Amino acid sequence: MSGLVLPERLRDLEPVRSIRTPARLEYTYTAGQATSRFLRGIAQRKILGERCHVCGKVILPPRGACPVDGVPTHEQVELPDRGTITTFCVVNVKFSGSAMELPYVCATVVPDGSDMGLFGMVQEIPFDRIRIGMRVEAVWDDEPRPDLASIKWWRPTGEPDVQVDEGRGA
Amino acid sequence: MREVAVVAFAQTRHERRQQALNEVEMLMPVLHQVKEELGIDQSQIDFTCSGSTDYLAGTAFSFVTTLDAVGAWPPIVESHVEMDAAWALYEAWVKIQTGEADTALVYGYGKSSPGSLRDVLSRQLDPYYVAPLWPDSVALAALQARACLDAGITTVEEMAEIAARSRRAAESNPYAQLRGSEDPSVLLEEPEIAPPLRRHDCPPISDGAAAVVLAAGDRARELTDRPVWIRGIDHRIDAHALGVRDLTASPSTALAAERAGVADGPVDLAELHAPFTHQEVVLRRALGLGDDVVVNPSGGPLAANPLIAAGLIRIGEAAARIARGEARRAVAHATNGPCLQQNLVCVLEGSD
Repeated sequence: MSGLVLPERLRDLEPVRSIRTPARLEYTYTAGQATSRFLRGIAQRKILGERCHVCGKVILPPRGACPVDGVPTHEQVELPDRGTITTFCVVNVKFSGSAMELPYVCATVVPDGSDMGLFGMVQEIPFDRIRIGMRVEAVWDDEPRPDLASIKWWRPTGEPDVQVDEGRGA
Repeated sequence: MREVAVVAFAQTRHERRQQALNEVEMLMPVLHQVKEELGIDQSQIDFTCSGSTDYLAGTAFSFVTTLDAVGAWPPIVESHVEMDAAWALYEAWVKIQTGEADTALVYGYGKSSPGSLRDVLSRQLDPYYVAPLWPDSVALAALQARACLDAGITTVEEMAEIAARSRRAAESNPYAQLRGSEDPSVLLEEPEIAPPLRRHDCPPISDGAAAVVLAAGDRARELTDRPVWIRGIDHRIDAHALGVRDLTASPSTALAAERAGVADGPVDLAELHAPFTHQEVVLRRALGLGDDVVVNPSGGPLAANPLIAAGLIRIGEAAARIARGEARRAVAHATNGPCLQQNLVCVLEGSD
């Protein structure tokens, strides 16, 4: 405020340090063709990846293009709802909108036969026993919808751990 | 300066609501089209630069998602602008000037349909004094139109003629969204929606995408028989605060035109990014275009206005017409922001 001369009546007022200007915009999101195919599968308790005809990788969840080759993926591959944890983190901070009891674990699970993982929670096991390479299976909502939250969480299968390549599927 | 040419251009068929495809699926075909036209793949592109805005998509980092459409592996040299993709083209042109790239892929896409566009665009305004009041984009254009009418720069009759001429020109443009028009006298019988603007004075709300490939010198000549050379390009900005601007003029366009060398030769075609009818008048004056210059033979943004792509499309359309031999020297203009706030001017010429 150096150099600025305020009128007398404004001199002893508390300065404005911040203003609040709330903004809210609503959007109607278009999932697109590939994501719609995937979500319709989820509503039937099916995990549908899509194979790239150039590199052969199974893309999950499909968004319409192989991110490596930039080409559309059209071949659907039904994947089992069973896979391997390739990375995880323990969440110790509550954030708005989450009803999860702390601490909880979110993880990337690569279903068998997929080249990419799905994001999800891991439950039914103490958080400090979860590890990379652990085998897990999906626990589905009783009434699945076209929404990834229809997989409520993943739980251990009890199978022996498998070796996981860095950042890749088992 | 290195010679840089537009060597390929593609665009989507623009529509009011693209509800079948997400952004990646909408964009990918135009990226494939420009590369296939030149017979190259992503490995032969030295630099990739895109324009998009998360405010249209309603998704954080949406441009990262659409990189899936590029084929960005092995890792590519890539950049992005949160502006019309004409500015991405400018960045690519600079990159080629530095000698770090000989070829560049430029693309832009915008889906305006997911949100309430008139409200979404208010978020680009001054966050303290203007945005909290939520002035919508059509109302701001109407302030400018009122000022232009009051200053005697245009008339509602001329504005209606611009609307009719643009949408009739679009009848030969298969990518346009609004094609054909009633006579201006009929248009003027319609009510004002944001006085003095009538519906015909406003651009359609469009979803769409476009891509351009740039190449330098001999690389451009290898890639195509008809490179269209960028002889000058410049962009300038007017003040952010609407209240300090003279809305009846566009000093930033005039300065960009001077720097780009618009007046250095005869102009026979101009593609102007004037989303509202009166803005074409403001731009013609700022660019110093004579009455003999063909303006917006594609129909311009009054026929299809996919935000972020619409400015890049002006460059692509002008280049395509030169490549087809329909023009020799053309001016392409792009704008960004409310009431023609930022302006880019590009002078294009054919090889002969």
